[in-house]
Amino acid sequence: MRKVIHRKLSKNFLRLGLVFLLAFTNTLSAQEGDPAKGKSLFNANCAACHKLDKKMTGPALRNVEARLAEEEGLDREWLYAWIKNSAGVIKSGDAYANKIYKEYGGAAMTAFPQLSNEDIDNILAYTAEEKKVAPPTPPNPDGGTDTATSGGISNEIILGALAILFILLAAGLYLVNKTLRRFASAQGIDLPESSSRTPLWKAFIQNQFLMLVVAIFFLLSSAYFVYGYLSQIGVDQGYQPVQPIHFSHKIHAGDNGVDCKYCHSSARVSKTSGIPSLNVCMNCHKSIYEYTGETSPEYSKEFYDGEIKKLYAAAGWDDAEQKYTGESSPVKWVRIHNLPDFAYFNHSQHVTVAGVECQTCHGPVEEMEVMYQHAPLTMGWCINCHRETNIDVKDNAYYTKIHEELSKKYGVDELTAAQMGGLECGKCHY
Amino acid sequence: MKSLIKILVIAVVLVAVSCKKDTAPNYQFMPNMYESAGYETYGEAAFPNGVEAQVPAEGSIPRGFVPFDIENSTAGYELAKATLKSPLDSTQVDLERGKEIYNIYCGICHGNKGKGQGNLVKREKILGIPSYDDAGRAINEGSIYHTIYYGKNAMGSYANQLNEEERWQVVSYVLKLKADLEK
Repeated sequence: MRKVIHRKLSKNFLRLGLVFLLAFTNTLSAQEGDPAKGKSLFNANCAACHKLDKKMTGPALRNVEARLAEEEGLDREWLYAWIKNSAGVIKSGDAYANKIYKEYGGAAMTAFPQLSNEDIDNILAYTAEEKKVAPPTPPNPDGGTDTATSGGISNEIILGALAILFILLAAGLYLVNKTLRRFASAQGIDLPESSSRTPLWKAFIQNQFLMLVVAIFFLLSSAYFVYGYLSQIGVDQGYQPVQPIHFSHKIHAGDNGVDCKYCHSSARVSKTSGIPSLNVCMNCHKSIYEYTGETSPEYSKEFYDGEIKKLYAAAGWDDAEQKYTGESSPVKWVRIHNLPDFAYFNHSQHVTVAGVECQTCHGPVEEMEVMYQHAPLTMGWCINCHRETNIDVKDNAYYTKIHEELSKKYGVDELTAAQMGGLECGKCHY
Repeated sequence: MKSLIKILVIAVVLVAVSCKKDTAPNYQFMPNMYESAGYETYGEAAFPNGVEAQVPAEGSIPRGFVPFDIENSTAGYELAKATLKSPLDSTQVDLERGKEIYNIYCGICHGNKGKGQGNLVKREKILGIPSYDDAGRAINEGSIYHTIYYGKNAMGSYANQLNEEERWQVVSYVLKLKADLEK
């Protein structure tokens, strides 16, 4: 065994020597850069198209300099020229430049004349860094789950302890009662028997007036509950179906602050708010292939990554090859908000013309891990809002006259949507 | 016996209350008044691919739509950069609207100032968004429009979220941001 180690050592020394030799025979400009500076430069300039360990628009760049030197015999000077003006290198007829240009489908790399040689040294130093072996992540999630679940457990423990205490007390009382009775019978004490008067409930039943009152009360209260039950039929407030892909509005609209209208773009211009087609998802998820935010025991990183995989499968995106396979399959989203067919509703009228915030009707969507229906979407709810909402009468030259006349008619300064005709039947039912 | 009845009643009430599931839609009085005979938006339909949302017939052009002839390639990008000009004259450019649309669709990555520091970049979800005053790219109105229309590198196409006029409004606003950055 020892011999083997020594042999390896000697080999390593030889290699090290070679590296030193190469390092010193290189041009002076090829000094080692600063990986930290390189990282920020890389993230600002290169990361749009390159990742360190994953093919993207351009090739993966981990150890790019060493790989190029080994496989293609290209030095740092070539890299300088390529990064500063790739198109020029391709035009000059450089064999490898043309090969890589063709390999990536003629996607020309942007020229970076603003990067100095020193900047490029820093970037190359960053790409030459050893890949960080992903530090075993369990500590963090475990710590997280521990604290999270311990909160839940402590509540349950308290409740459980209270329940046990209650049971013990009940059992204790029962036992005390039993032993006392036993004592009484042993000492020959007669326990007072319950009297033979008519019991209270029988007297109650025999009193016809009381019975009548009770019957009326019972009928009224049951009518109340029946009415309540009937009027919630057809109201889907709180409806929260399970979607084919777990899309968290909390992560997208809340944590990352993506505007509602980014995905639901047709809400600005059309009747429906629009379910985004998958190319809208892929605008970002071409680059975002894993989840790196907060996790919980229920929604782990693996869970979210799996959902992104589902998106890739549906959109027909091959993440390894970074191109579309052409085999897409539509996602069967479950519709949550659905007005009955006899009611007309137009998103653009509310979103663009009235400038109503999406949250006014859809609730705190940016906090919803799973989307649900916030508003009852009943007619009373619509009308209530139309009665309370003032319309914007300023700087709307087309309607100036009608606004003035209506204000005069109702004797108010601010017109509500209802006064503008927002309560007329034909506006929504026709 | 009495207590047994009480327990039963309580159990029935509890079951009845807990039966309302949020994952299924509620009952409806007259479903045929709620659910249309016509196809619902994005619903299922008796088309070959089974969905209501159909692609328009090939070659059809919406009223007022101008086809975009420059192709989606590096050569097309260069061509757009060299020749494509905005159809909006100075009276039609509405920077307020351009800003509104820009902040919705572009600001999330490019930043509301165009420096490439949008929220997704700050949170390190997407990296390497260039600033508009990047010298190597030297964007102009033609290249901006081409990029919005087809996307570029990791950026996707925004042709389906913005119509032609809106795209040109955004182009005008991006040019304004670029000018501000270069000051």
